[in-house]
Amino acid sequence: MRPSVAANLINEVDFGTPIRASADEVTLTIDGVAVSVPKGTSVMAAAMMAGTQIPKLCATDSLEPFGSCRLCLVEIEGRKGAPASCTTPAEQGMVVRTQTDRLAKLRRGVMELYISDHPLDCLTCAANGDCELQDMAGAVGLRDVRYGYAGENHFDGAKDETNPYFSYDPAKCIVCNRCVRACEETQGTFALTITGRGFGSRVAPGPTSFLGSECVSCGACVQACPTATLIEKSVIAHGQPEHSVVTTCAYCGVGCSFKAEMQGDRLVRMAPYKDGAANEGHSCVKGRFAWGYATHRDRITKPMIREKITDAWREVSWDEAIARAASEFRRIQTKYGRESVGAITSSRCTNEEVFLVQKLVRAAFKNNNVDTCARVCHAPTGYGLSQTFGTSAGTQDFKSVDKSDVILVIGANPTDAHPVFASRLKKRLRAGAKLIVADPRRIELVRSPHVRAAHHLQLKPGANVALLNALAHVIVTEGLVNEAYVRERCDADDFASWARFVAQEKNSPESMEQHTGVPAADVRAAARLYATGGNAAIYYGLGVTEHSQGSTTVMAIANLAMATGNVGRDGVGVNPLRGQNNVQGSCDMGSFPHEFSGYRHVSDDATRDMFESLWGVKLDNEPGLRIPNMLDEAVEGAFKGLYVQGEDIAQSDPDTQHVTAGLAAMQCVVVQDLFLNETAKYAHVFLPGASFLEKDGTFTNAERRINRVRRVMQPLGGKAEWQVASELATALGYPMRYEHPGEIMDEIARLTPGFKGVSYAKIDAMGSVQWPCNDAAPNGTPLMHIDRFVRGKGRFMLTEYVPTAERAGALFPLLLTTGRILSQYNVGAQTRRTDNNAWHDEDVLEIHPFDAEHRGVRSGDLVALASRSGEISLRAEITDRVQPGVVYTTFHHAVTGANVVTTENSDWATNCPEYKVTAVQVRRTNQHSLWQERNALEDVSLRRIAAAELVPAK
Amino acid sequence: MSAQSTKLMTMAGQIADFFRAYPQDVAIRSIAEHINKFWTRKMRDTFLDLPEIRNGTSDPLLVAAAKSVRKG
Ligand code: SF4
Ligand code: SF4
Ligand code: SF4
Ligand code: FES
Repeated sequence: MRPSVAANLINEVDFGTPIRASADEVTLTIDGVAVSVPKGTSVMAAAMMAGTQIPKLCATDSLEPFGSCRLCLVEIEGRKGAPASCTTPAEQGMVVRTQTDRLAKLRRGVMELYISDHPLDCLTCAANGDCELQDMAGAVGLRDVRYGYAGENHFDGAKDETNPYFSYDPAKCIVCNRCVRACEETQGTFALTITGRGFGSRVAPGPTSFLGSECVSCGACVQACPTATLIEKSVIAHGQPEHSVVTTCAYCGVGCSFKAEMQGDRLVRMAPYKDGAANEGHSCVKGRFAWGYATHRDRITKPMIREKITDAWREVSWDEAIARAASEFRRIQTKYGRESVGAITSSRCTNEEVFLVQKLVRAAFKNNNVDTCARVCHAPTGYGLSQTFGTSAGTQDFKSVDKSDVILVIGANPTDAHPVFASRLKKRLRAGAKLIVADPRRIELVRSPHVRAAHHLQLKPGANVALLNALAHVIVTEGLVNEAYVRERCDADDFASWARFVAQEKNSPESMEQHTGVPAADVRAAARLYATGGNAAIYYGLGVTEHSQGSTTVMAIANLAMATGNVGRDGVGVNPLRGQNNVQGSCDMGSFPHEFSGYRHVSDDATRDMFESLWGVKLDNEPGLRIPNMLDEAVEGAFKGLYVQGEDIAQSDPDTQHVTAGLAAMQCVVVQDLFLNETAKYAHVFLPGASFLEKDGTFTNAERRINRVRRVMQPLGGKAEWQVASELATALGYPMRYEHPGEIMDEIARLTPGFKGVSYAKIDAMGSVQWPCNDAAPNGTPLMHIDRFVRGKGRFMLTEYVPTAERAGALFPLLLTTGRILSQYNVGAQTRRTDNNAWHDEDVLEIHPFDAEHRGVRSGDLVALASRSGEISLRAEITDRVQPGVVYTTFHHAVTGANVVTTENSDWATNCPEYKVTAVQVRRTNQHSLWQERNALEDVSLRRIAAAELVPAK
Repeated sequence: MSAQSTKLMTMAGQIADFFRAYPQDVAIRSIAEHINKFWTRKMRDTFLDLPEIRNGTSDPLLVAAAKSVRKG
């Protein structure tokens, strides 16, 4: 048998049209085979379920049927003509024939028309082997094109190559409309239209190019296109992949599943995986296209060491680098005490890697000085939700939003930061759900194609608690509490004191207006909508947590959901949108200095006993240092050594100059990363990290979904990160011996009640699994708190509004708030090393026209942005997306240094930094700030790598 | 006062501000629990050693809570 090129490629089944969810079934006969399908399913999909593929071109099961190509004709007993099977619903008792001579002739006729206007360069076409037009020509037995190829055609249409990742070749377009529908239905951007009519019709991204259009480069149209018209440039460059492996995106907390499509160990394409439960075949520009960083020339693949940070780096063997790190940590602990060293785990790394690093700290450093970058994003979620519900995680799966009637988005910008979830959300909104946005900025969701927020509560930065208390006030005082739910599910005394508290006049929308800046009438209307509009769900992000009252805000959100009975079923809930791919996981794995995996405090004797007996070592029962405390103590001289796993605190953490002062004061900083990042400028040992393509392990997304990450290429540095952590622990005198990350997961499962049922075998069998996964829930838990809260009774917390100490004043009259943009990711270490820079190549300062005019600032001007922490210069963009008095920027570019400006203020409960409120001044300037100039010099001076010793020629 | 002491005082003040909405006994207990749960030995000792805590001139809630803060 001829081996098929695609034999090792994973190809999901395409049913042609969506399978409908319905309790009723209908049974029909297709080509003599009886098949039962949910009511509403098309004849085409029913046929596929019965094992018969009907030829099709304009249909694919991610899109609603369209019925334009007429290739899918069938014969149905008792019906005239030949109806299109994609648009005909299956009915009880129907008798369908899909293959008759008449149908074959009709189909051939259709194909002939298509092919007569299609270039016949199949052999040199990039889609050769992956083209549905080709397949269909084969399927219908097309042998001749009677019309010839000399007729009117579209062969000369100009290609649009403006998008860095895919090209559009109109000559190959069959105008099936799949791309247009994908952009509308799947992505929700509505960037594409069909221009012209009849024979003249063509696809176009509006009156401009792809890059100049509204297109967000999600790739949905490329995925849907059956021909080579829309195709990835990487496939044009390298040809079709020969095998594929399912893995998980390493960018955001949505956790999309992809097929890494390979030629040998070269990645050719990341194709969104239809069976991935988080994304169901959709993607965003980052996961789909921005993977080039993984093999970027800036990757450091050799371990390096140096005595002082001003020395040049010296490449050494792994053994030497690990031995150096271990001996330095030991020396420091001997000299300055057991608690003088610590580590930071990374939310970019796998559960297994994170688990090992925290184990290393507790068992080998013998202290609890381990923290994670979740400290600076979702630590308040952990605190707030465990106080109120009893566990530190979102309540729903993403799919739940399909059942929501009212959606409150607060302090989150899903279209930029969680794009694939945003597409689901927009789909639900287009279907009629109502939207309330609470955000100081007019985020895209407020007004986007076919989506309008019912209310945009444009509050002042820092007033979240004031706003939530005002919403609660309306719910309590207007009798909108779901009394029955509260009585059954929540603690009565806590509820009573909470109700009394929020009912106080000081919490009314009218009283709070002075703090929130939101008209009381809007607050009242939004509260009524949330409480009475049906299933109400809350989605929130870092605009909630990164405040001095971050934890209070999370609790206020939980209060609101409990009071209205909106926790414990589909369509409702409290949903933190997690920033990084594995924030949920890194928290679950025991990265916080006060708790073991599964959120159990280090002082809990029973838990410690269990860990001690499995790990064979005595463990400390006292909480360790959090990141900000480590840095404070470093500046004071007590904290001397830090192991940083895949994180760049010198760029990501607030008050950069304080961070770098802390790092500079340490005697041994070990950085494990893909690149010589900003933190590595202060490091003494550099251990090469592995990209997600080189990793084997698991990530846990915002829905608590544990997804597999699978290795598709060998680690460029020669070692997996879990191996490096094991070797470092061993060198420190605490041997760790694992053969495979699956063994680490088995250990996690043994030690963590919510993971008891998790294993690689289970994840491989189920595709993914949502924790808790244990004896009570062997297949995981999509929805939490169904009959009772994890803590028993839901607990209402009193959430007094305490204004932040950071206020606009005479010196710093504006409030700065920071955020993210779609095309760049966090510190940009990855996305800046891809063509995503085509969309965002520098951080800019958004400023309202009023404030700009006042300062003589025009769009594009260089402006100085100063706070009490520091000053930077960047370009201004004048826009009314921000309100007067508020400016906004992103922190993706290290050279700009947005966090030089942010302050040391932090959340009262968790020390999560207050990134979202900084009092600043803005003025025109013509130069970079002093910090920026110094940083540019240090980019060179602190990053030198000694040239390899020259070997004289023989 | 060292920078670290100032910071700990600010953090303690923020914690007190949150629990102030509760009845006094609950507030005092909760503040102490919070500090015991999340602060290291050294941070707690530094806090207990702050003059305004020792001589009782700080926020009364903090002074009262300090009595239940564990020594390192
Ligand atoms: S890439 Fe996405 S946003 Fe752009 S045109 Fe295609 S579907 Fe629309
Ligand atoms: S570009 Fe592709 S998907 Fe879009 S109409 Fe043309 S052939 Fe169909
Ligand atoms: S939405 Fe998030 S997880 Fe999905 S592809 Fe984009 S960055 Fe990756
Ligand atoms: S597939 Fe049914 S009309 Fe195109």
